Amino acid sequence: MKNRNIAVLNITLDSYKIKIFTLCGIYIILGLSMNLINGFTGLFSLGHAGFMAVGAYVSALLTMSPELKDSVFYVAPINPFIKMIQLPFPLALIVGGLAAAGIAFLIGAPVLRLNDDYLAIATLGFSEIIRVVITNTQTLTNGSLGLKGITRYTNAWWAWGIAILTIFFMIWLIHGMYGKAFKAIREDEIAAEAMGISLFKHKMMSFVIGAFFAGVGGGLLGHLIGAIDPNMFRFILTFNILLIVVLGGIGSITGTIISATAVTILMEALRFIENPINLGFINIPGIPGMRMVVFSLMLMGVILFYPKGLMGRAEFNWDYFLKKKFLRNRKKSA
Amino acid sequence: MALLRTDKITMQFSGLTAVLDLNIEINDREIIGLIGPNGAGKTTAFNMITGVYKPTKGQVYYNDKDVTGLKPHEITKFGIARTFQNIRLFKELTVLDNVIIANHLRLKSNLFGSVVRTPGYRREEQHIYEKSMALLKDVGLEDLKDEKSSNLPYGKQRRLEIARALATDPKLLLLDEPAAGMNPQESHELMGFIREIRDKFDIAILMIEHHMQVVMGVCERIYVLDYGVTIAEGLPDAIQNDPKVIEAYLGVD
Repeated sequence: MKNRNIAVLNITLDSYKIKIFTLCGIYIILGLSMNLINGFTGLFSLGHAGFMAVGAYVSALLTMSPELKDSVFYVAPINPFIKMIQLPFPLALIVGGLAAAGIAFLIGAPVLRLNDDYLAIATLGFSEIIRVVITNTQTLTNGSLGLKGITRYTNAWWAWGIAILTIFFMIWLIHGMYGKAFKAIREDEIAAEAMGISLFKHKMMSFVIGAFFAGVGGGLLGHLIGAIDPNMFRFILTFNILLIVVLGGIGSITGTIISATAVTILMEALRFIENPINLGFINIPGIPGMRMVVFSLMLMGVILFYPKGLMGRAEFNWDYFLKKKFLRNRKKSA
Repeated sequence: MALLRTDKITMQFSGLTAVLDLNIEINDREIIGLIGPNGAGKTTAFNMITGVYKPTKGQVYYNDKDVTGLKPHEITKFGIARTFQNIRLFKELTVLDNVIIANHLRLKSNLFGSVVRTPGYRREEQHIYEKSMALLKDVGLEDLKDEKSSNLPYGKQRRLEIARALATDPKLLLLDEPAAGMNPQESHELMGFIREIRDKFDIAILMIEHHMQVVMGVCERIYVLDYGVTIAEGLPDAIQNDPKVIEAYLGVD
């Protein structure tokens, strides 16, 4: 049902590939939201999984029907108030995003006074706290059993539609006066403050906007997979998104788009290395987690050879691309 | 009424008194010098005025309003802008963006307006662009507007920093060693430049400077600090012949 209206895609891609394509869109949203906080504002935040969890849980609870909730919450009955609310999918996504933004606002007040590593540790801690709270509030979240049977509303249209909206939002934000203020904070906090930019206010803005999109991304992910539980939102999820941001270039929108797509596709394409492989002369047993080893090696390679990521802070642009090619050709002929 | 008045501001870092009972008074359109040997507490005084440090004792009045202990960005909004001893430009950003960012504090549009680009926001942005270009022209950097600011030669970086400070629409400009690292020719130009911006923007200037030719040539009054204590204040001629000042700079035998 979920792919009924993707007629064009259905001709060329099977449902597995469409799912990967949809995931690419979601990871673009997540990558961009983290790049806003970490790349453009220079805040080393590692709380993304927490914000995603909030978005995923809130939006899933809002789209599930009361009957479904009753059957899912079989250990501890659900809070009757939450049981009765049901919202259409787009509205649930927005509310999920707003909930994540609200949590970010609360966390930001103490945490955004910290810098660098301290901020990273504090946000990481808060992200774990969110996960632990979700695990232990059975009547709200069904605890460690998670939510199951979520209607799979997320399809390629939703994921990519929102991804494109996010891309435009980020471009306009970054090129506007507020985006410039964010970049000023990244470049030099003391100078930015001396130029009249309130550090706390602008860091908070960036943090809350980033968390909003992380929440929306989390909601989309939940409605794509159809089941969520607290273990999905461990630090490794934040790491995956950080990987996308660092590979693409911290502070590059196009870099994030390219690397989000590449990493998501590779994440699936490299599945074969976790299977037992017979090379004729040697038998490699299947090792689960081998993909992350490959990605970690890739990350090390990029850090060594392109310390600023593939795109650095630059944006992909045809003029530059063509000029470079043209120059190279000219050099050859000279 | 003085534009800026400090009332016995004192800064202590645990046991060390960096500045003791400093009284400075600056009137509209004055150019004031703040001199003293290294470690005399000049930059500390700047940091207290601009809100980087909160004075341990004493008050800072701007237009007779107590601004002691406000955050740096709030002080800048009142109309006190500064440059830094070791240049602090937004290095990875263009020359033009550096100046544009300094207009952010007077922006009226909110974040949402800037993202959806409302007509009001676009008008503001256009105005800021024109104002910034005019400023760059005033400091002679308009041809370099798209250059990364860290690529500018040293003297031009100093000019850009001054342009950026001016973009916040200050009434009082604090310059921290504007002539540092400049050759005689450049520092001579700087003297003219400082007078020029005073006349053009109608502002008062307080500058820390070691370059005596610049200080004596451009400042109307001078304060001398030594070990945090104000040892002299007055007209350049009087300062030059003050035995205490000579002693602080050259020592006695």
